[in-house]
Amino acid sequence: MSTTDDNIERENELQGIGCSRKRKEDPRFIQGKGNYVDDIKLSGMLHAEIVRSPYAHARIVSIDKSEALALPGVHAVLTADDLKPLSLHWMPTLAGDVQAVLADEKVHFQMQEVAVVIADDRYIAADGAQLVHVEYEELPALVDPHKAMNSDAPILREDLVGKMDGAHSKRLHDNHIFTWDVGDKDSTDRAFDDADITVKEDMFYQRVHPCPIETCGCVADFDKINSKLTVNVTSQAPHIVRTVVSMLSGIPESKVRVISPDIGGGFGNKVPIYPGYVVAIVASIVLGRPVKWIESRIENLTTTGFARDYHMTGELAADKDGQIKGLRVNVLADHGAFDSCADPTKFPAGMFHICTGSYDIPNAYARVDGVYTNKAPGGVAYRCSFRVTEAVYVIERMMDVLAQKLNIDKAEIRLRNFVKPEQFPYNTALGANLDSGDYHTALNKVLDAVDYKGLLIEQQEKRANGELMGIGIVTFTEIVGAGPTKSCDILGVGMFDSAEIRIHPTGSAIARMGSITQGQGHQTTFAQIIATELGISSEDIQIEEGDTDTAPYGLGTYGSRTTPVAAAATALAARKIKAKASKIAAHLLEVSTDDLEWDIDRFKVRGVPGQEKTMKDIAFAAYNNLPEGMEPGLESIDYYDPPEFTYPFGAYLCVVDICKHTGETTVRRFYALDDCGTRINPMIIEGQIHGGLTEGFAVAMGQELSFDEKGNIQGNSLMDYFLPTMVETPHWETDYTVTPSPHHPLGAKGVAESPHVGSIPAFTAAVVDSFSHLGVTHMNMPHSAFNVWQKCNELGIDQHK
Amino acid sequence: MKKIAVSFKLNGQQVDTLVEPRELLIHTLREQLMQTGSHIGCETSHCGACTVDFNGDSVKSCTLLTVQAEGAEVLTVEGLAGDDGLHPVQEAFMEEHGLQCGFCTPGMLMRSYRFLQENPNPSEEEIRMEMSGNLCRCTGYQNIVKAVQYASNKLQTTKGDA
Repeated sequence: MSTTDDNIERENELQGIGCSRKRKEDPRFIQGKGNYVDDIKLSGMLHAEIVRSPYAHARIVSIDKSEALALPGVHAVLTADDLKPLSLHWMPTLAGDVQAVLADEKVHFQMQEVAVVIADDRYIAADGAQLVHVEYEELPALVDPHKAMNSDAPILREDLVGKMDGAHSKRLHDNHIFTWDVGDKDSTDRAFDDADITVKEDMFYQRVHPCPIETCGCVADFDKINSKLTVNVTSQAPHIVRTVVSMLSGIPESKVRVISPDIGGGFGNKVPIYPGYVVAIVASIVLGRPVKWIESRIENLTTTGFARDYHMTGELAADKDGQIKGLRVNVLADHGAFDSCADPTKFPAGMFHICTGSYDIPNAYARVDGVYTNKAPGGVAYRCSFRVTEAVYVIERMMDVLAQKLNIDKAEIRLRNFVKPEQFPYNTALGANLDSGDYHTALNKVLDAVDYKGLLIEQQEKRANGELMGIGIVTFTEIVGAGPTKSCDILGVGMFDSAEIRIHPTGSAIARMGSITQGQGHQTTFAQIIATELGISSEDIQIEEGDTDTAPYGLGTYGSRTTPVAAAATALAARKIKAKASKIAAHLLEVSTDDLEWDIDRFKVRGVPGQEKTMKDIAFAAYNNLPEGMEPGLESIDYYDPPEFTYPFGAYLCVVDICKHTGETTVRRFYALDDCGTRINPMIIEGQIHGGLTEGFAVAMGQELSFDEKGNIQGNSLMDYFLPTMVETPHWETDYTVTPSPHHPLGAKGVAESPHVGSIPAFTAAVVDSFSHLGVTHMNMPHSAFNVWQKCNELGIDQHK
Repeated sequence: MKKIAVSFKLNGQQVDTLVEPRELLIHTLREQLMQTGSHIGCETSHCGACTVDFNGDSVKSCTLLTVQAEGAEVLTVEGLAGDDGLHPVQEAFMEEHGLQCGFCTPGMLMRSYRFLQENPNPSEEEIRMEMSGNLCRCTGYQNIVKAVQYASNKLQTTKGDA
């Protein structure tokens, strides 16, 4: 066998970076052996059911729990009055606000948590909840955020009246939460004053919900003898849950064990800490028995973790050739009754400052005002990095509006304004530091692949026949991988992440990270990273996450941060091992480390064939034959504080046909090109992209949590809330370019959220483009058949002539 | 509440249970019989995570009272693999990356298992239509379609061999 063949064989053996390795998670899932929170059944376990408010805004006059307590099998009924002595009736949110655990004198949104019934099983708990009688005095509800700061608006948060120093800024009204702004307002205003042309568009990014198929839940188990609390919880951030639980309960963090077992999808819904978790923990401490709380689908859609709800106004200033001179964005953010957004502390509008997109925009200014309304709290990042979806939506929509105004092709106006490859790293006018990119290549590749010119000709022909066909183009740039601890923290804990690797004497390994997989396949891909770094076969590397008693502290998995942060920690932890291994190899081979070269899975003495030690040889030696003075063992840990965010990008093109009589939209073609830098497992990347595109399709085409004037939620079951089935879901075409991140140890940027972020404005763009020849510049989501038909009707094109 | 004795066959084994008349089959499977492979995603028969095979039909077990299972033959994901290894639909989902978080997977597998007996050689359109009672939030379905096609081929090849 030649050396080259041998190398290829050894390389293949590793199943390292770049290999479409089959997933190690799958064998247990396909045999029904997953271990999700609701699968956990502990001896003596009780069940919690929450009593919820029917009103969006009301005073609680009285709560009568006697009948519920009399029901056989009910062990306790807790209300805010029961939690008060423990100071647990309110809890801090991740956004610097407080949130009622159980409603304290007032309810602020429909289905707010008012009481909790603890009973022998879920049926008795549900019966008990029906027997808790709450008397309410209904108050006028504030539903429209545009009216939140009116002088006659009902005041929602009586606990904050007169406290005008908010967590992020001065508060301008009792219903105001914060003003956050970024950029140079004066220079931007001047750019608008001096511009040849300006465009402006109002758009509403509706309230939606991530809706993973598994709802949220937990099993809390307080061991009275050892004073140790174990909480199995559906959390994307178990270590932060441990810290918060310790802070709230007073139990030392060393005696709080939080486990995120298998998680049935998260998509941002499972980042915050919810009242249901807290009441289950309190009940377990009070009763000394394990307590399980699992929310129903309706509870999930109504109360835990909505996303978006941004009322945005975008403005662009440009010269007559379409060269952008300025961007102005103004946002009214509806945060609901408590500010429980899950953003890094200093970013109340998340990473919204990425709203300059992929473009070289010299002047920009963005302002976001958050207000309270009588709706559920949330504001989570639904498959995106902290408001990046909203930011990408506003800039991509505005690019189209500008192109339309100037009668310049949508692809052309993007090509004219892209940051050029030689401009990287590029500092945007709003303070993002784009690490790398090649936007022109990406877009041109897509235009060629779909025969864009041919599509434009076809569209002209269709329009001449009175048919509606739209082409949407989006060229997005994300900001992910939160983040550098100098700017990013959650409750004061810096947003680093971690990996610990142990190499056993026989050469196999176990590694643990501070992240937690929810379907992304970490057990597969992290092993691939270590395999390539250390020359140990992926099959011999076990990956564990999610148990705070064993895993190193990390900030969890959301905001596409795992590859940028935890995977970097994994690579660097492996490199620490490799550095020690090289010394052991030099010792074994009786040479200097300078004489060694690394070759796939072994160190070789340069120029001396046959003089080599494999990582397996070295692992054994680490436990019995070490250089003088060296500590035994082969282990390492790395806490990675990223120097910068990463900036994945992509170019998407969507083609739709719309029936003008019914408003039905058919996605004929969707071509998604992503650049996430180095690709660790192409099979998993493609799967993540399919999933993100489908969630984007759901948001754009049908998802919406809407409310009537009394704050009643309209449609909170899967009967009403749109989750696409296989029938509606389009066929996806995927493609890629590779522009590595210069500052990431592997060059990787993160990928799973790009397709969600990028596809949503592409669907809107395609739908709007179907009507652009009729003067339409924007249509709000969701683009349901009814909404689109209304546009056809308004334009008078829906009738057979 | 008075309980009723219900006996049925689960994955080939006779089981005897005592349930309230209102108890749903999914709860009996998961909480009494400890077969937690079938999941609960909505309890309103929309998501299909609880799909089991019930007397030869795909049934959402959150919408069936356990008392209705008297004398029935019920197959869940735990009973799919045989002595000779994984069922072809299980192998197919793994080969084609037809799952991510795994929560919808048992329902998807049970539906594929039945569907491929009803229609051994389906078109993509037929797969998408006949599997549309099962929702997935992770995969975007494209690889699930491929997995069902893979299983269809494998089942037909195996049949041919036999």
